[in-house]
Amino acid sequence: MKEFKPLIIGFTCNWCTYAGADLAGTSRVQYPPSIRLIRVMCSGRVSPEFILEAFKNGADGVLIGGCHPGDCHYLRGNYMALRRFLLLRRLLREMGIEPERLRLEWISAAEGGRFAEIVKEFTEQIRKLGPSPLKSGALRRL
Amino acid sequence: MAQGTNHEDSPRIGVYICHCGLNIAGVIDCEKVAEAFKDYPGVVVSKDYRYMCSDPGQELIKEDIRKYNLNRVVVAACSPRMHEPTFRKCIAEAGLNPYLFEMANIREMCSWCHTHQREAANEKAIDMVRMAVEKARRLQPLETIEVPVTPKAMVIGGGVAGIQAALDLADMGFKVYMVEKSPTIGGKMALLDKTFPTLDCSICILGPKMVDVARHPNIELLSYSEVTSVDGFIGNFKVKVLKKPRYVKEEECNACGACTEVCPVEVPNEWDMGLGVRKAIYRPFPQAVPSVFLIDKDSCIECESCVEACREQGRDAIDFNMKPEEVELDVGAIIVATGFDLYDPTKAREYGYGRYPNVITNLEFERLVNAAGPTGGVVLRPSDGRPPRRVAFIQCVGSRNVSAREYCSRICCMATLKHAHQLKEKSPSTEVVVFYMDLRSFGKGYEEFYRRVQEEGVRFIRGRVSKVLENPDTHNLVVRCEDTLSGEIVEMEFDMVVLAAGLTPPSDAEHLQKALKISRSPDGFFLEAHPKLRPVETHVPGIYLCGTAQGPKDIPDTVAQASAAAAQASIPLSAGKVVVEPITAQVNEELCGGCRICESICAYGAIAVVETERGAKARVHEAICQGCGACSGACPSGAITMKHFTDTQILAQIRALTVGRW
Repeated sequence: MKEFKPLIIGFTCNWCTYAGADLAGTSRVQYPPSIRLIRVMCSGRVSPEFILEAFKNGADGVLIGGCHPGDCHYLRGNYMALRRFLLLRRLLREMGIEPERLRLEWISAAEGGRFAEIVKEFTEQIRKLGPSPLKSGALRRL
Repeated sequence: MAQGTNHEDSPRIGVYICHCGLNIAGVIDCEKVAEAFKDYPGVVVSKDYRYMCSDPGQELIKEDIRKYNLNRVVVAACSPRMHEPTFRKCIAEAGLNPYLFEMANIREMCSWCHTHQREAANEKAIDMVRMAVEKARRLQPLETIEVPVTPKAMVIGGGVAGIQAALDLADMGFKVYMVEKSPTIGGKMALLDKTFPTLDCSICILGPKMVDVARHPNIELLSYSEVTSVDGFIGNFKVKVLKKPRYVKEEECNACGACTEVCPVEVPNEWDMGLGVRKAIYRPFPQAVPSVFLIDKDSCIECESCVEACREQGRDAIDFNMKPEEVELDVGAIIVATGFDLYDPTKAREYGYGRYPNVITNLEFERLVNAAGPTGGVVLRPSDGRPPRRVAFIQCVGSRNVSAREYCSRICCMATLKHAHQLKEKSPSTEVVVFYMDLRSFGKGYEEFYRRVQEEGVRFIRGRVSKVLENPDTHNLVVRCEDTLSGEIVEMEFDMVVLAAGLTPPSDAEHLQKALKISRSPDGFFLEAHPKLRPVETHVPGIYLCGTAQGPKDIPDTVAQASAAAAQASIPLSAGKVVVEPITAQVNEELCGGCRICESICAYGAIAVVETERGAKARVHEAICQGCGACSGACPSGAITMKHFTDTQILAQIRALTVGRW
């Protein structure tokens, strides 16, 4: 069997988590090459549609990264992200996708090490869960 | 304007993979990545080059735009937070709209963090470029928005950093509001006796600057005031400041001091670190600015003797009914100069601070040696008021210690050398021993000062002190330490021990961080936008840093940084206008059902649903919209989207990673 290489799509806000990931790079902190980031201005921008699209097309995990509570560059966008995240986890379970495949993390611009740790840990978790059940294309009609 | 596929005007994309010397090419095969896009749909040209941001690199892009009639450009290099502006400018110079550019961050997010996984890094880099190309294909030209700038600044903090920044800006002709939380400006420098290594009298060099602040026609001083909230953006901040009640009218008080003389209440004086006393109605110190008294309501017994005394002087300055007052300020730029707090040495229990009266901090020593301090400048030990004959200094208390603060506080070595010199100067026979790990005397004239203090007979023992013990009868102290140069354990008795406590961020840094939406580094100090190239800017345009708010530093560095912050702040203030990114929300009225979800979600009130001929429709006020996209994340009909981060663009990025992969 081919080795399972998890694919995680990360939606990260420009001000905190994307900058934190930049810092991980400039500090040369190493983490698994499983994640691909999509930069948005705020975690509040992340539509449920994006997450469902990612899973529908076979992503093994999705990470939403925003500023810590109270630190949102746009006052409260991260709270919007939190609300959608909680609802989406329930929705995913209904759809037969393990809710643990969706994660929301608050990572500040100064937390490069934490970003790397989270990617490491999340990758491990996904590896244990195995490939997304949607990889087979069973639910691609969605 | 409809967003979506109909706008993909036969894209002609140029793809450029930067080697960044070996930063990228050392891990990623850039040639191979470029090769992978040679026949990619819509890509006209795909190249790799050693340094894309260099002048020839940028020329290469410009030439190709003309030669191949490119209408989209993708550069795979460093973070867009670093060089997106560079390349936007580059393509604009070749006649393209600057927003028809996309960057793939294959350095910070690929080669630098997957250094030892070349194959996987290559795959990831190709994925990242594919995402960028798919987004670029769907990019639309945008016009930037220019907004006017309020030509005023606010400086938070009235220590030497804030004073320097405020004076510089005021001298340039800008109105400056200085907000200081204490009843006086001057900060920590006003408490010092001398400054190293020149031994200038601290208040003699700072005092005139404090007076300049009070007298400057362009500076409005809000002392005893705190910033409660900050809204808006560069050029257009709206700040709320709470003025705490002094219970003494600033305009009435002439600082005669009659009130203090009659006040019957005495409490420990925080300006003397609690070593001396002050009255309930007081002025922090004689050089305080503004030179106005205030009442400490927590200790005041409301006997009103001071009211009588004030009236006898023909004035009526005291008002017990004074209330806190909220002030609103409009400013274009903000400078954060909030300084530091001293590390709390009670946390270093082995040194006995707080339990042994003769163990004091460096700042307490500063007050003891200061002529304006509680002992009139005579160093006396707290337990019995006798002059100490043997004094130990313990370095790095709280600093350079992974279980306390990892960083070096940068000023304690020199402060201790200064204190040692002052003891020797006042009484050459005093035995002075400094326990240190490394002595860092790196500034101009500092090493020379170190040598001078050595020659004065101060003894230096290299080692971290393990314990300070007290003889309860004499209150003398025994310092135990391994002399790491001789390898021997030393135990020595002293009359007084001075702890060189380090610097920490002030306790209210978190509140200010949240109000300003700026970041702090793991050490807790405010984070600059770039450690080398943007040392006084923050990630938030229009907010600048200086002094120890940004990290421990001495007075010369603080003053230099304050002038730098003022110079940076003056850029938008003197330009009179700033260009704001045109990344705002956009409504497709065909799809909008007027459900008002976006209106309720917008944190800025930038969306209003209005009645039109075709029913209720959401409208965006572009000047108010900050571009977060929370509305488009919530819109149930996909009617509202963000320019430059449209649904179509983001969905295309997702598909670029997934479709056809399995």
